[in-house]
Amino acid sequence: MRESVTVVGASLAGLRAVETLRSDGFGGQISLVGDELHQPYDRPPLSKQLLAGSWDPERANLITPDRVDGLDVQLRLGQRATGLDVSSRSIEIDGVPEPFDGLLIATGARCRTLPKTENLEGVHTLRTLDDCLAIRAALEAEPRRLVVVGAGFIGSEVASTAISRGVEVTMIEALPVPLVRVLGTQVGEIIADLHRSHSVDLRCGVGVTELLGQDRVSAVALDDGSTVEADLVVVGIGVVPNTDWLESSGLHLDDGVRCDETCLAAPGITAAGDVARWNHPRYQKPVRVEHWDNAVEQGIHAARRLLQTDEEATPYAPVPWFWSDQYDRKIQVAGLTSPDDEVHLVTGSPEEGRFAALYGSGGQLNAVFGMNRPRHVMRFRALIEEEATWEEALALGRELR
Amino acid sequence: MRVVVDFDLCESNAICMQVAPDIFEVRDDDFLYILDEEPGEDRRGALEEAVQRCPKQAISIED
Repeated sequence: MRESVTVVGASLAGLRAVETLRSDGFGGQISLVGDELHQPYDRPPLSKQLLAGSWDPERANLITPDRVDGLDVQLRLGQRATGLDVSSRSIEIDGVPEPFDGLLIATGARCRTLPKTENLEGVHTLRTLDDCLAIRAALEAEPRRLVVVGAGFIGSEVASTAISRGVEVTMIEALPVPLVRVLGTQVGEIIADLHRSHSVDLRCGVGVTELLGQDRVSAVALDDGSTVEADLVVVGIGVVPNTDWLESSGLHLDDGVRCDETCLAAPGITAAGDVARWNHPRYQKPVRVEHWDNAVEQGIHAARRLLQTDEEATPYAPVPWFWSDQYDRKIQVAGLTSPDDEVHLVTGSPEEGRFAALYGSGGQLNAVFGMNRPRHVMRFRALIEEEATWEEALALGRELR
Repeated sequence: MRVVVDFDLCESNAICMQVAPDIFEVRDDDFLYILDEEPGEDRRGALEEAVQRCPKQAISIED
């Protein structure tokens, strides 16, 4: 019987894990350690309602003080895990070692940054509530031009929100087409058109060489020799899993904490959310998924795994799913695309502003993309779960037309 | 057991429909409809999962 559980990372995965431990009847001690001082909050609104100014920060809170009391959890905010020793079962919090019994690692990820920009004012990444409030204040100060570096989902949402606030936006993307590696050329071009139709100056196939300015950013220099004037820059070029504190822990690290197919990293240690790379039975390879929905589901699964014996443990095999709100469009993707996928548009058209796109290879349906098609995305997600064939997917596409 | 949806929060992500298609349906107009406002006790597990997985925290259960 496990006596206590330490959950490191007080965001979505960690919090859902704590809730699961209690709802499954775990009566031992639980501590939830997080390095931010804020009460646990939800991150999707950071690039949307909170950034737009239509929500106050409290509205994004994931939990009320009453609920914390009800969970009987020791909430240790503003404390950072700094080390772990698997063999002696000891975790270090702010440099002080303490023993642990069960451990769930949910330390998430942090933003990649551009080199030599740490001391330049007006340059931001977006991951935390503090990041969001800093960018929001900068947008309220009516900047002349926002440059968004990276046309991924975060960059796209920031651009969309800034446009809605009347700010001029230039978006720089190193790839020839936005999101081409995830969504392919056809759908990537549709997203590029979406930005351009909302007056974003989107420049693709061009890299950033340097950010110019003395103390404050004044312009962005590009590798085609041009420069773009900017008094505000948001960099959205991906994230790095927070595993630095685990370097000498004895855990296997490889772009995340490596876990088996049940989310177990070592005996009595599981991982969940952005930081976890587990052997996904459906894909027969280790994957790391940075989606909101995965933080919830994997937080639940990893919590249960801590209470289970090896015999009771079950594999974690979800079909990944996420959404992104840009302008008046709800974009959703379920499944994992691969570069050699065939892409087929069904149910609607880009001109109507609503359609779904199917991705498949080897006669199998791998993924579905939806633009303002939430209902259809979920129908196809169910097909992916059932490992439906490409023909079955096309047939459903015709039926839904 | 009664299903309550805050329609000001709901964004029709349709996760609930996948978890409990007998209770929730997102229709062609992209709005969510509750098919069964008072489901039987045997659906509590599915309903709790829908509550937890709703990206907008828009669903709650009233007993």
